Amino acid sequence: MKRLPLQRRTLALLAVIVPLLALFIYVGLRSGPLAPVAVTVVTVESRAVTPALFGIGTVEARYTYKIGPTFAGRLKRMEVHVGDPVKAGQVLGEMDPVDLDDRVRSQESAFKRAEAVLREAAARQTYAETQARRYEQLFAVRSTSEEIVTTKRQELQIADAALSAAREDIARARSDREGLVAQRSNLRLIAPVDGVVAVRDADPGTTIVAGQAVVEVIDPSSLWINVRFDQVSASGLAGGLPARIVLRSRGGQTLTGRVLRVEPKADAVTEETLAKVTFDNKPEPLPPVGELAEVTVDLPALPAAPLIPNAAVRREGDKVGVWQIVEGDLRFSPVKLGASDLNGYVQVREGLKNRDQVVTYSEKALTAKSRIHVVDHIPGVSE
Amino acid sequence: MISLAGRDILHAWGKFVFTGFGLGLLIGVTLVMAGVYRGMVDDGKALLDNSGADLWVVQKDTLGPYAESSSLNDDVYRAILAMPGIAQAANVTYLTMQVRKGERDVRSMVVGIAPGQLGATPGWPPYLVAGHQITRGHYEAVADIATGFKLGDMLKIRRNQYTVVGLTRRMVSSSGDPMVFIPLKDAQEAQFLKDNDAIWQSRRRTEANPAFNRPGVPGLLDAVIASQSTNAFVNAVLVTLKPGHAPDEVAESIRRWKRLTVYTRSQMEEILIGKLIATSSKQIGMFLVILAIVSAAIVAFIIYTLTMDKIREIAVLKLIGTRNRTIAAMIMQQALALGVIGFAVGKITATFAAPLFPKYVLLMPLDSIAGFFAVLVICVLASIVAIRMALKVDPAEAIGG
Repeated sequence: MKRLPLQRRTLALLAVIVPLLALFIYVGLRSGPLAPVAVTVVTVESRAVTPALFGIGTVEARYTYKIGPTFAGRLKRMEVHVGDPVKAGQVLGEMDPVDLDDRVRSQESAFKRAEAVLREAAARQTYAETQARRYEQLFAVRSTSEEIVTTKRQELQIADAALSAAREDIARARSDREGLVAQRSNLRLIAPVDGVVAVRDADPGTTIVAGQAVVEVIDPSSLWINVRFDQVSASGLAGGLPARIVLRSRGGQTLTGRVLRVEPKADAVTEETLAKVTFDNKPEPLPPVGELAEVTVDLPALPAAPLIPNAAVRREGDKVGVWQIVEGDLRFSPVKLGASDLNGYVQVREGLKNRDQVVTYSEKALTAKSRIHVVDHIPGVSE
Repeated sequence: MISLAGRDILHAWGKFVFTGFGLGLLIGVTLVMAGVYRGMVDDGKALLDNSGADLWVVQKDTLGPYAESSSLNDDVYRAILAMPGIAQAANVTYLTMQVRKGERDVRSMVVGIAPGQLGATPGWPPYLVAGHQITRGHYEAVADIATGFKLGDMLKIRRNQYTVVGLTRRMVSSSGDPMVFIPLKDAQEAQFLKDNDAIWQSRRRTEANPAFNRPGVPGLLDAVIASQSTNAFVNAVLVTLKPGHAPDEVAESIRRWKRLTVYTRSQMEEILIGKLIATSSKQIGMFLVILAIVSAAIVAFIIYTLTMDKIREIAVLKLIGTRNRTIAAMIMQQALALGVIGFAVGKITATFAAPLFPKYVLLMPLDSIAGFFAVLVICVLASIVAIRMALKVDPAEAIGG
């Protein structure tokens, strides 16, 4: 009876000390650098991989018509606004002719004057011809002097020359007038094709230098995307491949398209390969030119080969490889990698075979001495 | 022979154990403080480890890219690749900013990683805990788990949306901000890109400048604006070496021939730990020292008062002729037992408290062992004071006063 309280006390003390000790040992081994590293493991399987390329680009119009005057001048009127559809041959606007109309009228008068001069020359020539014929007859019967006949012949020649000069004058006046009329019509800004006005750079009254564009007309059916692919990940890019296009303004919507061509000139500064991708169907409504688009180009599927997630690929010193689990131990196996897809899988060309176990995710960087324990997913990662 | 210490502890074990717990919490705080200091240093080292580089090439005469800003043209890496002994050279950008996701924003270090050979390119996160590495050249992100982002989340960095495709762990900047990895081209843009208002204003300013907006030269304004809105700069080039090349030699040859500043791993560590976190780590270190001294003083007080509580019993012991050695052993054993319980409780508390801290707390086993011995030494020293008091006690006190 006397020993019992003591025993109870000892038991109580043990009840506190033993769990404390157990917890201490657990803490010592299961946390900090001594703790085993949680890893997830995947079995290497042979599967086909569909590589794809990802690039971004902007919507551009294949044909842009920049319409402007060929002479410096002032814009008189501008009849179209941005977004207006235009037909081929439609007058979009006109430059101020300044004195051109007056000069056309002056040329018309000059033409009429030349006609009058021609009539005068013709009358003189007819008279000179008659005179010459009459003196020829008189000279034949010797009733006039040879000198007078010669004079009459010369007068006829002069009248002939004056007549042809007057004719040429008429032609010149006509051409001058036609030239001015052509210049006058050149002041009209005319749409070369059917399209949509994309830019209106100047309003009536603006002075414009020769060659400056006043309106830009684009052909909406010729919209394409100028896509840039990083050169590192552009192998296999070729014309004719199918492409998926996501416009920035239509996030959830995937449009189909096709690679039209890969540009022969790449961008040396940004290290990108350029390509043009066309839409299969004209998107409705039309995306604005300059909108950003994400383009995924699907390459032909490759034959099956051992496939691993790219998260399994690690670097150890100067070697690229994976941590393989061989009989419960970690071993670093250098691998040669092949094609990869956009979902994070990569083919292994050398270094692994099917059914091998490799580490995909790990709680921390692994070394050959790491103790591991395999889990379904790394603690702390919410599914 | 009966254990006097054991008997005494059993006599009032509740009090003893609770004193041990109290002491343990104090030791726990000290251990956590040491962990905070270690964590701070480890953050710096994690940054260097995670970059996977042997050499850091930065703007001439800067301490970049972590301690100072540094900016290099993004084609410098090509010239460096051509140097002997270089295995890989990759551009990298670092930008600490708020990354937005819906209503929430997280302070993170956005790292722009150069595209390249999978696994070999320095700068990429060396391991993941979920998802996959970046496969697209744009608009994908790998985020540290400490950001709280999940796979499939859409992040907003500047004006672009990024999908989180992978998660990683312990990828932090030297100040402990979690990292978000995005493709280099996006990062260059993010670093340079101003908000849209600023871009519009800058365009208007350029338009208003008669030198750039000349009526006689159509197209000049567009060219000027285009040239203003590109960014061909990166913060550093990360370099890995071929086996058999000494980092110092290669660094020296880059310094000499490319006229850039190059840091090796040890120099970078010195910059990060010696310069970047020097004052804050010293602050924590100072605090740690004070805490250790305070803990030692408290342990000494506790043992002293525990002994003083028993002064009458000790007098009785002396009265019945107990040897001084036995009494001294009893007090010292009790002090050590208290120290051991305190340390165990402290270690457990520290371990469970460490993950709750917002920044990384690294509990090193060596620190714990050193702490254990320090606790024992402090207990022994404290008990010596108590033993002296106990031995000086007059046996007459047992029957007197």
